Amino acid sequence: MAEMDTSSSGGHKKGPGVKKGKKLSTRIDLTPMVDLGFLLITFFMYTTTMSKPKTMEINMPYKDENIKEEEQSKVKSSTVITVLLSKEHRIYYYEGIGDDPTKPPQLNVTYFKQKDGIRDVIINKKKAVEELKAQGALAAKDQATIIIKPDEASTYEDLVNMLDEMSINDVKVYAIVDITPVDKEFIAATEQANNAQ
Amino acid sequence: MPKLKMPRKSTHVDMTAMCDVAFLLLTFFMLATKFKPDEPVTVTTPNSISEIPLPDADIMMITVDPKGRIFFSVDNPKVREDLINDMDEYKKLGLTDAEKRAFAVGASVGVPFSQLKSYLAADPTQQKEFDKTATGIPTDTTVESEKNELAAWIRTARNANPKLRITIKADADAGYPDIKKIISTLEGWKIFKFNLITGLKAVPPGTAAYDLQNPGMKK
Repeated sequence: MAEMDTSSSGGHKKGPGVKKGKKLSTRIDLTPMVDLGFLLITFFMYTTTMSKPKTMEINMPYKDENIKEEEQSKVKSSTVITVLLSKEHRIYYYEGIGDDPTKPPQLNVTYFKQKDGIRDVIINKKKAVEELKAQGALAAKDQATIIIKPDEASTYEDLVNMLDEMSINDVKVYAIVDITPVDKEFIAATEQANNAQ
Repeated sequence: MPKLKMPRKSTHVDMTAMCDVAFLLLTFFMLATKFKPDEPVTVTTPNSISEIPLPDADIMMITVDPKGRIFFSVDNPKVREDLINDMDEYKKLGLTDAEKRAFAVGASVGVPFSQLKSYLAADPTQQKEFDKTATGIPTDTTVESEKNELAAWIRTARNANPKLRITIKADADAGYPDIKKIISTLEGWKIFKFNLITGLKAVPPGTAAYDLQNPGMKK
């Protein structure tokens, strides 16, 4: 008890007029700083572009006026499916290249979809070509070929989807070709026939 | 029964650790951030299964919006500077140094040459306002055509930097004829290899590409 007395009286060493300096804690409240930190994090998270856009590489066939007719590669009609992209994401397709005016090709309609869409058509064609190769009707280097002809009413999305189908189904040979007036007639005729039904 | 004395604990938590974490994350995001480039129009690209990332540098981007308007941009400010100088000479646009600088630091352009001077003279907010109603860069099916201003842009940009990679960023709803014109223009300059910017979509299972990606999963 006596000790306590001395300690308490020790505070008055400097005399009665001098106050004892209050010991300030060196700790600072960091809460506002944390708030600020997280605010800035939120800002940067929103403005950042983490995922880089992906690209699809496309090689167009080399076009040159000087290439002679006989140097151009010809495709066998039996390996080919011609795909016409039309309005409302509609796809018309027919076997062969449709160059025989006496025998107009049978046009079928399909869409981009998971089941029974254009994908199955491509897969079936690939199988058919493999079978023909096995039978010896086609040479070993022949491959299933897709000719894509987008018309004026089709959109960029259709084109990209179609090119995507090529990579999805591993079609090695395909080409984007201008639509011909004949093909447009085919489409018009098919549309008319479908409306008449 | 003796009274249980609970020691009084302070409700104060030491914030130092949390502060450290916050600033660590902040530093990460600051370094990892690459600000979204200013784009004149919003474009929703179609999706594909392709996973090739867009290269970082040397890109020439041709943007096509849903209405088929074409905007042209090059990423590197240095190339942009050379490009506008060449273009000024080639097309005799009579641009001032300030207007050329405005082009070098700016984003995409989507105006015909006839309006380029007044467009570059305007301040950025006015330019943004103008982009909403701009007609886009006129183009045509052949490069020889005088109306094909996109062809002039592409040619000059490639002169300024031959390594430029050409990318087309088009909206899913853009009509095919607009894309066709761009492709024909590129073909006219004997460019047969270019990139289309797409979003990413999953490879559908059961297809050839899926089997290629997951060789072990084949049944």
